Amino acid sequence: MSDYIIRAKGIKKYFGGVKALDGVDLEIKKGEVHCLAGENGCGKSTIINVISGFYTPDGGELEIDGVSYPKMTPQQSIAAGIQVIYQDLSVFPNLTVMENLALNMELASGRKFVSKKRFREIAKEAVAKINFEIDLDEKVENLSVADKQLIAISRALLNNAKLIIMDEPTTAITKKEVRALFSVIRDLQKQNIAILFVSHKLDEVFEIAERFTIFRNGKNTGAGDASELTQEKFTYYMTGREIKETPFVYEEKPGAQKVLEIKNLNLKNGFKNVNLSLGEGEILGITGLLGSGRTELVQALFGYHKADSGEIYIRGNKVEINTVKDGIKNGIGYVPPERIVEGVFLPQSIKENISIEKWDEWAGPLGIMNEKKIEEVVNEWVEKLRIKLHDINDPMNTLSGGNQQKCVLAKWLILDLNVLILNGPTVGVDIGAKFDIYELVKKLAANGLSVIIISDDIPEILSNCNRVIVMRRGEIVKEGLTKDMDEASLAEFAVAD
Amino acid sequence: MNNKTKKILHSSEFYVGVIIVLFCLLIQMRSGQFFTGNNLVDIIRSFSIPVMFCVGELMVLISGGVDCSFPAIASLSMFVVCKYMENVTTSPLPFFLVAALIGLVFGILNGVIIGKYRFPALIVTLGTSSICWGVMQGVFQSREYPLCPTLLAVGKAKLLTATNAETGLSSDLPMITVFMVLLLLLGWFILNKTMLGRGIYAIGGDIIAAKRAGFNVFGTTVFIYAFSGMMAGIIGVFRACMLQAVHPNNLEGLEMTAIAACVLGGVSITGGKGTVLQACLGMLLLTIVSNSLILLGISTHWQNVVTGLIIIAGTAATAIQNQRNAKKLAVKLTES
Ligand SMILES: Nc1ncnc2c1ncn2[C@@H]1O[C@H](COP(=O)(O)OP(=O)(O)OP(=O)(O)O)[C@@H](O)[C@H]1O
Ligand SMILES: [Mg+2]
Repeated sequence: MSDYIIRAKGIKKYFGGVKALDGVDLEIKKGEVHCLAGENGCGKSTIINVISGFYTPDGGELEIDGVSYPKMTPQQSIAAGIQVIYQDLSVFPNLTVMENLALNMELASGRKFVSKKRFREIAKEAVAKINFEIDLDEKVENLSVADKQLIAISRALLNNAKLIIMDEPTTAITKKEVRALFSVIRDLQKQNIAILFVSHKLDEVFEIAERFTIFRNGKNTGAGDASELTQEKFTYYMTGREIKETPFVYEEKPGAQKVLEIKNLNLKNGFKNVNLSLGEGEILGITGLLGSGRTELVQALFGYHKADSGEIYIRGNKVEINTVKDGIKNGIGYVPPERIVEGVFLPQSIKENISIEKWDEWAGPLGIMNEKKIEEVVNEWVEKLRIKLHDINDPMNTLSGGNQQKCVLAKWLILDLNVLILNGPTVGVDIGAKFDIYELVKKLAANGLSVIIISDDIPEILSNCNRVIVMRRGEIVKEGLTKDMDEASLAEFAVAD
Repeated sequence: MNNKTKKILHSSEFYVGVIIVLFCLLIQMRSGQFFTGNNLVDIIRSFSIPVMFCVGELMVLISGGVDCSFPAIASLSMFVVCKYMENVTTSPLPFFLVAALIGLVFGILNGVIIGKYRFPALIVTLGTSSICWGVMQGVFQSREYPLCPTLLAVGKAKLLTATNAETGLSSDLPMITVFMVLLLLLGWFILNKTMLGRGIYAIGGDIIAAKRAGFNVFGTTVFIYAFSGMMAGIIGVFRACMLQAVHPNNLEGLEMTAIAACVLGGVSITGGKGTVLQACLGMLLLTIVSNSLILLGISTHWQNVVTGLIIIAGTAATAIQNQRNAKKLAVKLTES
């Protein structure tokens, strides 16, 4: 018997010319909560896919519980007690919640036939572990990303695992559910189950981790006890640079016309009596629980939903926004929260993904694209957002999760917009990138772009927005300037139900 | 309305079912000949062979692939056994076994290439299809050929005869329909009651997730195409029995009909979704339409046009339904 559940030494994994892992080590003791951190694209998900048997490494040694595995399949990894919550969730959209929860476990126990009764029992047990309330007979594709994430979590908790790997398990869920997850993690730890936790949310890492490993560019840059770690050191190990935020200052020009005004906007099962205005260069934060109507509201502005009643004005002109086309025509850009799972065309190239909304404009007569112009602009934004990639002609799905998110952001930033709506813009992006994104948004706002940011991250809202509203049950329940608010009270207000 | 009734009312099975019923009533009203014993038996006769092909096609479609090779595999197997085994045995069983074996070989070929190299199923199965037609014509010099007595008897065996008192026309319901029912049940059982079947859905839903969950993706893929190929061999011989002759090119184009029937019934062309019931209803609708236009006095030239229109309308309806579902809202607003 070994003290370590995982000992990975000198693991290498190459994708064509990309060295995703260039000889990294990772050691996880039994029963510990181990945090793996690093910038977007540093190789975290890649090593996870190696440990789960999904990727065959190009070099190095992997030991699970003292047993060496030169070549491992997912089945072997599961049998050895490894469970993974994948970054892209790896759920089956076409199957029911019940099947998603039960299938893996039934497979692992070698069942050949389906018993709906047993499926249901397993599923019930799974959701009970994190007090997750859900219709077990609903198809997973009809669920929100948060629910999908909770399914992936409960599924991994089911099997009798020795190590549960969580690759950014909290990107879509709110504080309340994160708390439930953390209490489960502490329980698991008591049963001597190890956890490998990947997250870009520093507060989470500091709260839960005992030991840590940090990668940069497919190499180790640090490892040790979490107690020795400070936020500055952590950031430095990850990014190799120091980061200082500047708060956003907004000065309203007197008499200036509002860029966006909403009057008495209503949508059945969406939101109710919403009144809102947004000045030029303003950054407005919207927060509230999932299901508070915040996403539905901005989707209606973008034209994804058609509001039942109410009025929308853009720069003083009344506009009808019934379809997404109308939204774009009126200069409204929307970056959705489900980017990794839904927002991108994965097999298409990065260049195409970023430039797609500009194609009409850049096509010459006969519809031939001005490739040079496209590449120029795309490269410019890749640089501005520090998107880590090999070649802009590579398919989107060769990028790490966080870098895919930056690409979606770039797609909208290249347009001339009146209002840019960012729904969870920094979910899943690393601290350095978060900083870059906000610096950029602030610069754009200073140049006159109006921005709406939806986020659960209260400190982020406070330091990057000049005004904030809180939504609950489809209504605006609080509105004010961020400089008049403090974190604690706003947080309480946002989570209240 | 409770949740269950709602789900049923929103299902594609329900829509297609309603359309079938309306269509039947329309034909009955216009011609008075629809709900007659012999017409119904005729419909079952023309339904039985295509719907059997649908079972294999359905599995392939659910897994996210497509099989264009079964008519060729069926024809080749049928031609070979009918031509070369007529003097070998007088029992029908060996005919079917050998045909199944030939089909199995080509099915496995499809499955291994698609499963191992992840080539597009469309291309691979079109390739197999060409090979089969080529071998049949080149190597076996296929042409119309009389059916041997053993198989003639299989085709003539009947469950019942329905005679129309008014017109005097009669139709036999062949024994082969028993096999059809068994095959449909087998398809249903595999898809719903075995982990193998759930694996087919899982692969169609997300192949990477299926691999990570520990499904044997390669094995399952080979199974699906092997099953489709093997059944094609058997059904090919049944087809000859029903026609009472060996028509080597008679099945050409049936792959399109089978795919269309599945999609029309609600099976997803992109994989992950579909049931045996949906495939059956889709095929039933297509069969009724093509069999009954004559009763309505519409020329057979229009048959394909009408079928095409139905397919487009049906597929569009499903697509619109899916879009609606994606936009469902569920924020609980405070009551005022
Ligand atoms: N299938 C693939 N083909 C080519 N390159 C890939 C592939 N998968 C990953 N990469 C590359 O390998 C590197 C590491 O990616 P990985 O997904 O492990 O990053 P990560 O640390 O998980 O980042 P994030 O925090 O954004 O999720 C990236 O540069 C990525 O572009
Ligand atoms: Mg990752």
